Amino acid sequence: MSTIFGIPPQALFGQLLLGLINGSFYALLSLGLAVIFGMLNVINFAHGALYMLGAFVAWLLLTTAGIGYWWALLLAPLVVGAFGVVLEKTLLSRLYKLDHLYGLLLTFGLALIVEGAFRHFYGVSGQPYPIPDLLRGGQNLGFMFLPNYRGWVVVASLVVCLATWYAIERTKLGAYLRAATENPVLVQAFGINVPLMITATYGFGVALAGLAGVLAAPIYQVSPLMGSNLIIVVFAVVVIGGMGSILGAVLTGYGLGLLEGLTKVFYPEASNIVVFVIMAVVLLIKPAGLFGRER
Amino acid sequence: MATEIHAVRRDTAAPATGRPAMPGLLALAVLLLVLIAAPYVLYPVFVMKVLCFALFACAFNLLIGFAGLLSFGHAAFFGGAAYITAHTVKVWGLPPELGILLGTAFSATLGLAFGALAIRRQGIYFAMITLALSQMVFFMALQLKFTGGEDGIQAVPRGHLFGVIDLNQTMSMYYTVLAVFLVGFVVIWRTVHSPFGQVLKAIRENEPRAISLGYRTDHYKLMAFVLSAALAGLAGGTKAIVFQLATLTDVQWQMSGAVVLMTLLGGIGTLFGPVVGAALVVALENYLAASNLPVPVVIGVIFVACVLLFRRGIVGEIAARFGGKRP
Repeated sequence: MSTIFGIPPQALFGQLLLGLINGSFYALLSLGLAVIFGMLNVINFAHGALYMLGAFVAWLLLTTAGIGYWWALLLAPLVVGAFGVVLEKTLLSRLYKLDHLYGLLLTFGLALIVEGAFRHFYGVSGQPYPIPDLLRGGQNLGFMFLPNYRGWVVVASLVVCLATWYAIERTKLGAYLRAATENPVLVQAFGINVPLMITATYGFGVALAGLAGVLAAPIYQVSPLMGSNLIIVVFAVVVIGGMGSILGAVLTGYGLGLLEGLTKVFYPEASNIVVFVIMAVVLLIKPAGLFGRER
Repeated sequence: MATEIHAVRRDTAAPATGRPAMPGLLALAVLLLVLIAAPYVLYPVFVMKVLCFALFACAFNLLIGFAGLLSFGHAAFFGGAAYITAHTVKVWGLPPELGILLGTAFSATLGLAFGALAIRRQGIYFAMITLALSQMVFFMALQLKFTGGEDGIQAVPRGHLFGVIDLNQTMSMYYTVLAVFLVGFVVIWRTVHSPFGQVLKAIRENEPRAISLGYRTDHYKLMAFVLSAALAGLAGGTKAIVFQLATLTDVQWQMSGAVVLMTLLGGIGTLFGPVVGAALVVALENYLAASNLPVPVVIGVIFVACVLLFRRGIVGEIAARFGGKRP
């Protein structure tokens, strides 16, 4: 059997696919973080907890109400988004006049509350979530076996990321949003309801996290801790990419996922820390991040 | 940096360099008396835990309160030093004082590396970078051989301080910890009231202006970071000797969060705030551990309440109410 760099191609492509899946989640989450940061100047520490919430809502819908994956894919982001809107309206909006670090601290507290509550009621062990019938099985691509569901996750996250990019960069609403990011006071003076836009942006950003949670539910188990470990890696991704550009956040997410997969093949011991090492290197070479600009 | 990291700042007509103000010295004397008497009233191991975390929080506060830098990765220094101290004392057979010193030196070195990277960005990015770097330390602690993975390093011998004082005696251990805490506290006190501390405050208030005055702010920030990391390491190493234990809990991001909470609750930018905050949080965790309430939820609620309602923290609020002067 032939090998590539001494690695059987099955293992190589298998890990690359896994990396691509991880990258999809990095991309979805860092996209949400970037959108929220652009508008609110807040780093949403609760993003990981809300991703977990999305997965749990899907799981609860299935186990308590018998509502399946496809409806959950629509409902869970709505629930998470609504929760986000409430959070923004009642808590976050009080902090805009203060240093941005308070937003970070507040959302950190919120993350502890959400995560702690689920841990209290459901324990730390994961709950399995079945793959929907339509996406069971897989394709033999000749060089590797592709499970249908994993292919779907990659495609779905790509579509969502591109749609978000299109909505922000190419539509009128997106133009308002970008303008409000640059100069909220002026945009408000033109008669656009900026506070509403801020709320909607936060709701949309966390809904993306909820969507990522539902997509992740059948792959990883639904567990209260699934978000907190992921979010720190996503923070590193955001530092590497810089939060200036939507496309940058998405590309960095996928790129680092793939790189992590490659590390798992060639030097598995370092796979957990490779993203952080890359972050350190990027900080040395280009402190503003690959796609960033100093703010 | 934006202008208002905490409300305390507005009423900081900072005392000129030189001697600390009288009320501060008085408070220090009271604190000292309380701490000397404490082990006769309270469970000594509990007070030792408070002291270790109080020093940790004071070290963290040096950075956020006086240089305006929010590090979300201080667990790396605390836990890293705990591992080094535990390993050198248990496996190499070093005396405890040398083990703690090595732990502190390790944290200072780590602080130099992390600080040099993190100060290249500001504000929120600084927090995210320190968090990510400390997570790297966490994964290393999980995977390296000498750290014992999930078990950590257990049954670390306390040994004899300077070869004579038996630290297995609770009281001699207690007063050793108290001495370590006081050394750390006085270092921070002197730093804050030194010209160096004044420059840090200037950077916190208005970095571009400090630069235009000719200060190389990056050097000052890095020095503060290294000092803070070293003191956090001193606390971590001491903790490893007291509890004869170094585990993953010490390097986890939750630990970084806990020290932020202690400082926030007690009062960012006050000298005594972190001590009060640490005592409260440790007491609360002890109390909650016995009850059925979920600890992270309670901690999270306090976090949110602090950020929304009293950003000056307990000591900051008291200081603002009585005389408008900071202790």
